[in-house]
Amino acid sequence: MAARPVGVPVDLVVVGAPARPGWATTLGRFIRRKPLGAAGGVIMLAMLVTAVLAPWLQTHDPIATDAAYTLGRPNADHWLGTDHLGRDIYSRIVHGAWVSLVVGTGSTLLGSVLGGIIGLLSAYVGGKTDLITQRLLDILQGLPLLVLALVMSASLGPSVRNVIIAISIPIIPRASRVIRASVLSIREMQYVEAARALGVRHLRTAFRHILPNTIGPFIVLCTAQLGSAILVEATLSFLGMGVPEPYPSWGRMLSVSAAEYAQKAPHLVLFPGIAISLAVFGSNLLGDALRDTLDPRLRGSR
Amino acid sequence: MKSYVAQRLGIALLTLVGMSMVIFALLRLAPGDIVDILFSTAGYVNESDKQALLRELGMDRPYWVQYVDWMRQILTGDLGKSYRYDIPAWEIIRPLLPVTIELAILSIIVAVVLGVPTGVISAVRQDTTLDYVLRVVSLAGLSMPSFWLGMVIILGMVSWLGWIPPMTYVKPTENFRAHAIQFALPALAVGYRSSALIMRITRSSLLEVMREDYIRTAWAKGQAERVVIWHHALKNAILPVVTVIGIEFAFLIGGLVVTETVFNLPGVARFLVQAILWRDYPIVQNLVMFIAIVVILSNLFVDMLYGVLDPRVRYGS
Repeated sequence: MAARPVGVPVDLVVVGAPARPGWATTLGRFIRRKPLGAAGGVIMLAMLVTAVLAPWLQTHDPIATDAAYTLGRPNADHWLGTDHLGRDIYSRIVHGAWVSLVVGTGSTLLGSVLGGIIGLLSAYVGGKTDLITQRLLDILQGLPLLVLALVMSASLGPSVRNVIIAISIPIIPRASRVIRASVLSIREMQYVEAARALGVRHLRTAFRHILPNTIGPFIVLCTAQLGSAILVEATLSFLGMGVPEPYPSWGRMLSVSAAEYAQKAPHLVLFPGIAISLAVFGSNLLGDALRDTLDPRLRGSR
Repeated sequence: MKSYVAQRLGIALLTLVGMSMVIFALLRLAPGDIVDILFSTAGYVNESDKQALLRELGMDRPYWVQYVDWMRQILTGDLGKSYRYDIPAWEIIRPLLPVTIELAILSIIVAVVLGVPTGVISAVRQDTTLDYVLRVVSLAGLSMPSFWLGMVIILGMVSWLGWIPPMTYVKPTENFRAHAIQFALPALAVGYRSSALIMRITRSSLLEVMREDYIRTAWAKGQAERVVIWHHALKNAILPVVTVIGIEFAFLIGGLVVTETVFNLPGVARFLVQAILWRDYPIVQNLVMFIAIVVILSNLFVDMLYGVLDPRVRYGS
């Protein structure tokens, strides 16, 4: 126990206040209680490490073609084989992790932050503003995510930045709904009333006092959306509307050209698909476990 | 019930108008206009040609006039003219509709048949190994891109069975067996993915209902497990599932976009991708609007079904 502050009588020292568990303890408990979620975390961590260390993990230049060795089977030199242009699939997948992660996290964060701010203000202001905002977001949410991203991406033109914007738009209404729901309940709490009574201005109340308490749902939201963002990026690239050449993207590796050679070289189809599935699977597992742990409404109802 | 229906219809109509505005705006978001894009893909620019094309498309008019004109076209059932084929859009779309509708219905059937029973089993055997296995399998379904799943299914057929599924569209009247196989595979790929969400909702909804007093009473009466779960519990647990099936329908159309491409089926969804690639914007605008209408109708249908299934909804505020 910490030393008694000077000048405080013995009987006023609070005893028995439980120490907040350190992050290591919390992490340990998470791993024990949610082994699947921890597995998801490991997958995401592995993806992050792969993405960052891609230039060192690669065995070949991911965009260098080799006309002498096209559609090569996996061997000691080309671990996962080569594609129809003789590019090393392993190195392309390793670099693809970076593209996938940048586009995935970029669009998730952009969409969640924008949606979160809209949700926060909409719930805080309430009344007609809230009603109208929600109806407008309903409209945006009504369109299938992929169709919306497809149209956006086609109309903005292909570039990494535009793909991120295109994927983030459909996330906005979903994020706004989650944050709005949690702000609606926080808004009624006494400490918010107290802040207002002390003369704290509206914007400050909303951003300084309410916003920090939505961090739990926000994290859950981001992990859940990350998986679908990665999936949408892969799909857009597959259709030729995503990340442009020369960036190696998992989705584009599967595109029409891969399908053509699939019979001769099944590894062309198998490995990039496994990479996409694993990444999305990891973030889904992690998202599920985090939702169970962090979302109080669902706690115990598992 | 009457006022409930009227209210839902009103909301659906408003949403539809809103969606048309969103679609209209989205397609005009691009830096430069459609004509610029058309010319840049064509690789030459001739100012007078450009102006002529702008006029022909009616794009030299103010946005609001264009919007009103588009709305009038849609209301009169005129879907405009395709650029690429130079024939009315509706004539291209009409033969594609049955393919997409058939695929969508088959996929939803696969999703429900796979999703609801596994969700029930998973809830009843909560926290057993079986529950974990089913949950991981369904989460895996949610994680695999359906187009990749489709490719792997085709690949598996070829390498293990030495048999190539028909890759050009066969009419049901021509060869029913080939047609059935041709649709079963993509329906399986799309349906498996959609079943994951249905399974998860069924599971959590059933778990919630199973804790209610009336279920305890049913157990106490000595009712068989089969009756308690499938009759008493599922009846109340199915409502959120119905909602999700409605929502899933919208997602499904997104999934079809790629699946039709992979399986080379001549449906609306594949055509949308082609139209986008060709920058055939009048078609894209109308097709997206068409998808929006389908989504809204399916939501409306779910709302109505909800009113029929649950009297509380009808009389609620």
